[in-house]
Amino acid sequence: MQDQPTPAEVIGAVAQFLKTQVVPGTSGALSFQARVAANALEMMQRELTLAPAEEAAEHARLKTLLGHDGDLVSLNTELSHRIAEGAMDLNTPGLADHLWATTLAKLAVDQPTYAAYRASLAERAPKA
Amino acid sequence: MSELEDKLGEVARRHLGARGITGLKRLTAGATQEVWRFELDEAAGPTPIILRRAPGGTRVSETAIGLETEARLLESAARVGVPVPAVRHVLEPDDGLGHGFLMAFVEGETLGGRIVKSEEFAQARTVLARQCGEVLARLHTMDPAEFPNLKRQTPAELVAQYKAIYQASGWPRPVFDLAFRWLEANSPPEPAEMRLVHGDFRNGNLMIGPDGVRAVLDWEIAHVGDPMEDLGWICTNPWRFGAIDRPVGGFGQREDLWAGYEAAGGAPVKREHAHWWEVYGSMRWGVMCAGMTAAFRGADPSVERAVIARRTSENEIDLLRLLAS
Repeated sequence: MQDQPTPAEVIGAVAQFLKTQVVPGTSGALSFQARVAANALEMMQRELTLAPAEEAAEHARLKTLLGHDGDLVSLNTELSHRIAEGAMDLNTPGLADHLWATTLAKLAVDQPTYAAYRASLAERAPKA
Repeated sequence: MSELEDKLGEVARRHLGARGITGLKRLTAGATQEVWRFELDEAAGPTPIILRRAPGGTRVSETAIGLETEARLLESAARVGVPVPAVRHVLEPDDGLGHGFLMAFVEGETLGGRIVKSEEFAQARTVLARQCGEVLARLHTMDPAEFPNLKRQTPAELVAQYKAIYQASGWPRPVFDLAFRWLEANSPPEPAEMRLVHGDFRNGNLMIGPDGVRAVLDWEIAHVGDPMEDLGWICTNPWRFGAIDRPVGGFGQREDLWAGYEAAGGAPVKREHAHWWEVYGSMRWGVMCAGMTAAFRGADPSVERAVIARRTSENEIDLLRLLAS
């Protein structure tokens, strides 16, 4: 077992260092690139935190949709081929929900402030 | 004095009748080209100039049309009344600076986020969509025959091209497959008249002032095809910079863009074709973002490339919103 603090915690600390020290302490292209680097690290921090549960759920959905097991890349490759061939489409039960859930999970890591993602979350939230 | 500064001084003396140059600095904009700014030292005072050149002077990206052609496009656009920076000098082998050209500096803002949000552009935002339509109508009168080297592609060929790029990437994206099926099934017919298409006409590539469009920039992926492509691309979601309820560049409505286009002599806009080009735009930008992974693992292992690659999912959600909501 590797020790603590976790990769997500250390990566978060480096991102904070870049944001609070390097970005304000530099200017021009260097400052811009330091901010990009901080954002990239925060993205990886989100992935380390969120992806295990989301990918487990994606894997379970893919098994149901395709009717057999496999690793995540090969199941996605198969789904991709079936859609490309027209064997599956938005009328296939469960496909639209699967694509939405998978895509929302990607956005939660990649770009959680993206306006279309925020709008989709609000539109798709269960009505109270 | 740097070598670049030295050689630009020579160019200024030899070709532009100036005494030399001052204040050379690299601008951050432009991921596939180097963009520099400096002042010509002239008797009447300093004149700001922009240098666009291939990275390191020599490297030319695969899709770009070449800086010499880009300079000729700017000159041709100016002749039909499209606002563009005046070309001052196209680099020659003797200049020792590689491929590139010098153009006039146009004062204004290109940062899409600021154009969409800043109070400074509140007035501009009320006229920009219509102006963009008017500018595109003029741009689409440029003569493609002047540019025989530019690629000619029908809508179906473009879809096939991006599909091949996607499939060669070897990374499954079921949302892309869904979108390609839809694009193939709903493709507009080959246009009656193939036109010169800017190819990257969007918020971020337009120099904007408080009065509106001052210059159309970044002609590096111009080609010949269906002019509707330009009207769809400026509505594609990533170029709205968060203002998703203002589909035209985050500053205006489609109806104003189309009205401006038609009033300035552009062909009547078919709504379903405009929608197709918007879906195509998300697809195209998605494939381009996805391609950044290979670029990152190859020629340009920068953090910026890696982060753009991770913007592919933005297009996946945009495509789902367009096709599956």
